[in-house]
Amino acid sequence: MSEFLRNWLMIVVFGGLAVVLVGIFIGLSSLLRPKRATVQKVMNYESGVDPQGDRWSQSNIRYYVFALMFVLFDVEAVFIFPWAARLESYSVFGLVEMAIFIFILALGLFYAWRKRLLRWI
Amino acid sequence: MNTLTLAVELAHWQQTTIRAVVGLVAVLLPAGTLVYLFLFKMMSFMQSRLGPMEAGPYGSLQLLAEVGKFLQKEDIVPENADRIVFKTAPFVVLVSTFLLVLVIPGGPDLMFIDVDTGIFLALAVSSISVIGILMAGWASASKYSLLGALRATGQLIAYELPLVLAVMGVVIQAGTLNMQGIVMAQAEGEIFGFGGIGSPFIITQFLGFAIFLIAVQAELTQPPFDMPIAESELVTGYLTEYSGMRFLMFFIGEFATAGIFSALAATLFLGGWYVPGLDPTDNLFNVIGPMVLLGKIILVAFLIFWFRFTYPRFREDQLQTLAWKVLIPLSLANIIATGVLKVVF
Repeated sequence: MSEFLRNWLMIVVFGGLAVVLVGIFIGLSSLLRPKRATVQKVMNYESGVDPQGDRWSQSNIRYYVFALMFVLFDVEAVFIFPWAARLESYSVFGLVEMAIFIFILALGLFYAWRKRLLRWI
Repeated sequence: MNTLTLAVELAHWQQTTIRAVVGLVAVLLPAGTLVYLFLFKMMSFMQSRLGPMEAGPYGSLQLLAEVGKFLQKEDIVPENADRIVFKTAPFVVLVSTFLLVLVIPGGPDLMFIDVDTGIFLALAVSSISVIGILMAGWASASKYSLLGALRATGQLIAYELPLVLAVMGVVIQAGTLNMQGIVMAQAEGEIFGFGGIGSPFIITQFLGFAIFLIAVQAELTQPPFDMPIAESELVTGYLTEYSGMRFLMFFIGEFATAGIFSALAATLFLGGWYVPGLDPTDNLFNVIGPMVLLGKIILVAFLIFWFRFTYPRFREDQLQTLAWKVLIPLSLANIIATGVLKVVF
């Protein structure tokens, strides 16, 4: 196997390591812990009183708007990384290109700002 | 590239096993150190109390006692919960933590993997934990959990951007995404022709360092950014329905991530395993490198926990305003400024 593939194999190994560690801990505790589920115990916790209303309630649309904006900006960040690593060879040309790119990006942020999307109500 | 160039050549499976064991230590040791040193002791002293004193000298075995206690606790799954997702969530959070530790180098030859996309990989896998948190909150089928998970997601994604953009300045200066390359760039660099202390990026990228630390604080959902787990309004947010071992897994995940983010900050901004004045290719660093790195981790973690114990909680709107209207424009400006300086000099 090439060195390159071995590196990525390590990622799989470490992911497995985490699963095994959690599995061992939870498995170990299942040998020791009591298992006496009563109706009161498995009820959802709502500060002591019986749970009221729908469990999966609707929530503020704000979260969705922010998630959308995050996707936009995070994708832009992916484009900036390769540029940042190779700036030395791109020199002034690359710098001007990226300045334009970031200017458009900042314009988008400013637009969202003016549209009051960044305000949390 | 080999884990142990000092000793004999090892077969690949042996190297993998050693790395897996070292990886376990690298995740759990800083986490345990941070919890005992800062969460138990420093917090207590700052609040004029002693903290744990019973288990072992100065309560140093308190953590083991806690694990023993959690092992015996009943594992309650709420009746309405989505059982499979509820039980998978701690796994997802811990996987994210374990993948993060992979990219951090401990010495010139000591590293888990040597990929050219190092820091990019770290930032990518760090966002997996958001999915785990959302799973935990959603599957619990409790109002507190759902609100906490949504707040956590909103906060984590908002502060992920400054985190990513703050690293960009370092990448521009180092000219590489490889973590070992970034350490080398700091070890061999010079500031305006003076190379006596190398060029730790905290000096030239102080704004980046400050933004990175603030974003890390928010990523860890620690005070002052602990709106998602605000005790006074949400009990413990997305963790409300978790008990026993599964709760402990989230707890370990949180503090292991704190340790690893400190390690990332130490590697990116403080020179990682390097000590000024020595030759960075010296074999000596394979021995003292991890210890130097641990020292720097504790230094950065001290800052993080100091903020944690000092500041009151941000409101949700203040929190989002800080990320979108202050940190992101600042870090974009930082990228351009760093780029201009890099090209000019």
